[in-house]
Amino acid sequence: MAGQTLYDKLWHNHVVVQRDDGSAVIYIDRHLLHEVTSPQAFEGLRLAGRPLWRRDANLAVPDHNVPTEAVERSGGVAAIADPVSRLQVQTLDDNCRDYDIVEFEINDRRQGIVHVVGPEQGATLPGMTVVCGDSHTSTHGALGALAHGIGTSEVEHVLATQCLIQQKMKNMLVRIDGALHRGVTAKDVVLAVIGEIGTAGGSGYAIEFGGDVVRGMSMEGRMTMCNMSIEAGARMGMVAVDDTTLDYVKGRTYAPRGAMWEQAEAAWRELHSDDDAQFDRVVVLRGEDIKPQVTWGTSPEMVLPVDGHLPDPAMIDNAMQRAAVERALQYMGLQAGMSITDIRPDRVFIGSCTNSRIEDLRAAAAVVKGRRVASSVKQALVVPGSGEVKKQAEAEGLDQIFIEAGMEWREPGCSMCLAMNADKLGAGEHCASTSNRNFEGRQGFGGRTHLVSPAMAAAAAVAGHFVDVRNWQEQ
Amino acid sequence: MKSFTLHSGIVAPMDRANVDTDLIIPKQFLKSIKRSGFGPNLFDELRYLDEGQPGQDCSTRPLNPDFALNKPRYRGASILLARANFGCGSSREHAPWALEDFGFRCVIAPSFADIFYNNCFKNGILPIVLDAAIVDTLFQQMYASEGYELSVDLEHQRVTSPSGEIYSFEVDEFRRHCLLNGLDDIGLTLQDAEAIRSYEQGLRKRSPWLFDAIR
Ligand code: SF4
Repeated sequence: MAGQTLYDKLWHNHVVVQRDDGSAVIYIDRHLLHEVTSPQAFEGLRLAGRPLWRRDANLAVPDHNVPTEAVERSGGVAAIADPVSRLQVQTLDDNCRDYDIVEFEINDRRQGIVHVVGPEQGATLPGMTVVCGDSHTSTHGALGALAHGIGTSEVEHVLATQCLIQQKMKNMLVRIDGALHRGVTAKDVVLAVIGEIGTAGGSGYAIEFGGDVVRGMSMEGRMTMCNMSIEAGARMGMVAVDDTTLDYVKGRTYAPRGAMWEQAEAAWRELHSDDDAQFDRVVVLRGEDIKPQVTWGTSPEMVLPVDGHLPDPAMIDNAMQRAAVERALQYMGLQAGMSITDIRPDRVFIGSCTNSRIEDLRAAAAVVKGRRVASSVKQALVVPGSGEVKKQAEAEGLDQIFIEAGMEWREPGCSMCLAMNADKLGAGEHCASTSNRNFEGRQGFGGRTHLVSPAMAAAAAVAGHFVDVRNWQEQ
Repeated sequence: MKSFTLHSGIVAPMDRANVDTDLIIPKQFLKSIKRSGFGPNLFDELRYLDEGQPGQDCSTRPLNPDFALNKPRYRGASILLARANFGCGSSREHAPWALEDFGFRCVIAPSFADIFYNNCFKNGILPIVLDAAIVDTLFQQMYASEGYELSVDLEHQRVTSPSGEIYSFEVDEFRRHCLLNGLDDIGLTLQDAEAIRSYEQGLRKRSPWLFDAIR
């Protein structure tokens, strides 16, 4: 028998019932909840008169709607200015109280973006099945977990049964060999992967990220990569467990300790693809070939190296592709052939579940230290991913570096990643953003998003246009 | 859940690839804690010329005359013809809720994003994957004749065009069964409650750290 992939192992460990029709009942170890996709699930549970299957498998945190301005935030839920947002956050609090689910409430120091909080607290661990009503649940795969987003009906299904009905995915290995140039980060790698395979490239697959570049990455970097698996079309991305994983997990609040740790570690050490495992598709990139990346269009696959030039629709033969490029250029207000470095952001956003961990903030702070945000930039927001990240950053003095550079230091939350709270782009404004989606209107009606790494966003804030941060770091 | 067996209806186009769920239903409408009422905001940013707000009366908003669903010829459409990778992006189930509330029962495309595809079945919407060349043909036929209708037969897994061409499609057995019968899959899973409990007991022995940590 051929060896198993990491995904195969995680899958087989969680099959409760294998049905003849190819579907399987899969057990869910950890269910994360937030305010946007859970209200209708709790309502469904109540209407059907069903109890919660297993209370201690759930953990909730409000993140999408919470205000990030210190003044509004300090008043808690009652002080959320937007009544619709307030009701949604309040509803999560009420549901968690009714069902006795642990929740990190709005001003709890452990509160933050659900995908930052889970690993940080050790609530998501290697070997687990992790789900959440949010597509970026793929983030948790960095720990060697089987983690993916689900819809609200499935949130209800997990609350009621602790299981999901699933079909097994195909296996894809994305291997990044060699080493990265200085100034090139996990964000650039994953954007390059998406540029290579396209936003539908991973559809139907579970992606495993491997190769020397990934092995050499920190957990933060691996989370950034797994986070954006969904932008590559795959519901889940994952990385094999190694010493980096175990060092990260050890000592976290909900991680096992003592003898239980030994037992867990032994099990987790098995969580890698066997040498003779078969993948349905293998994609290989060379780390040395990857430059800092900037998206120019309205889909994450519309991405170029920072020294690139925008495509010219006239040169594209395929009619669908030509129309897509034309529409994207028009929406973005950009001209065919122009240089990426001539794009001038009006706002800068450093945050989101892709890039709001301590390492991301350190990278951004290193670039802006002793410099000032360009006068052409209206606003540069730095939004830490959680209360814990915020505290750590403040202990290191990063907040002061940002503030002295003319940036705003905010309270944790999703913020301008999807603009459900007050942080949003105006129509026509360009944003250098460390988030994960550059869809039309994503960061505000008519807003124009350029996805970049934290260092690249920080450099663009200072220069007033995109620059190759590699040249800067040598200065 | 509504069952789906046979359905015939007017076909409307969403003629672009990679339609994401932000485009299907923008985030400001996700603040609702209800499951219904999303139809007027389906494709909000394409459909109206102004920026939509939750709770607003959409009947007085300026319509974008160029957007297909605003054209009289597609009025009453219940089948959406779309391009590759439809429904990519966020996992929001508000996207199929909005399609369903608007009146769509079926979406035909060369490919769908995985989470959206799955969410459709939970809401009585049938997503059908047909070959890109066939979808192209359907687009041409639809543009050529006003009032263009298709019939969809889930039982026999086929789509029939007005001129009688038959296109068969694949759908996995479990999802087909649930949709044909309008079954609630939570109820189905709970029939396996014993198996779930015994799995849990084994898990507690194998991986005790997974239990009682969060309290
Ligand atoms: S930070 Fe953005 S992508 Fe991440 S969970 Fe929040 S809204 Fe979603």
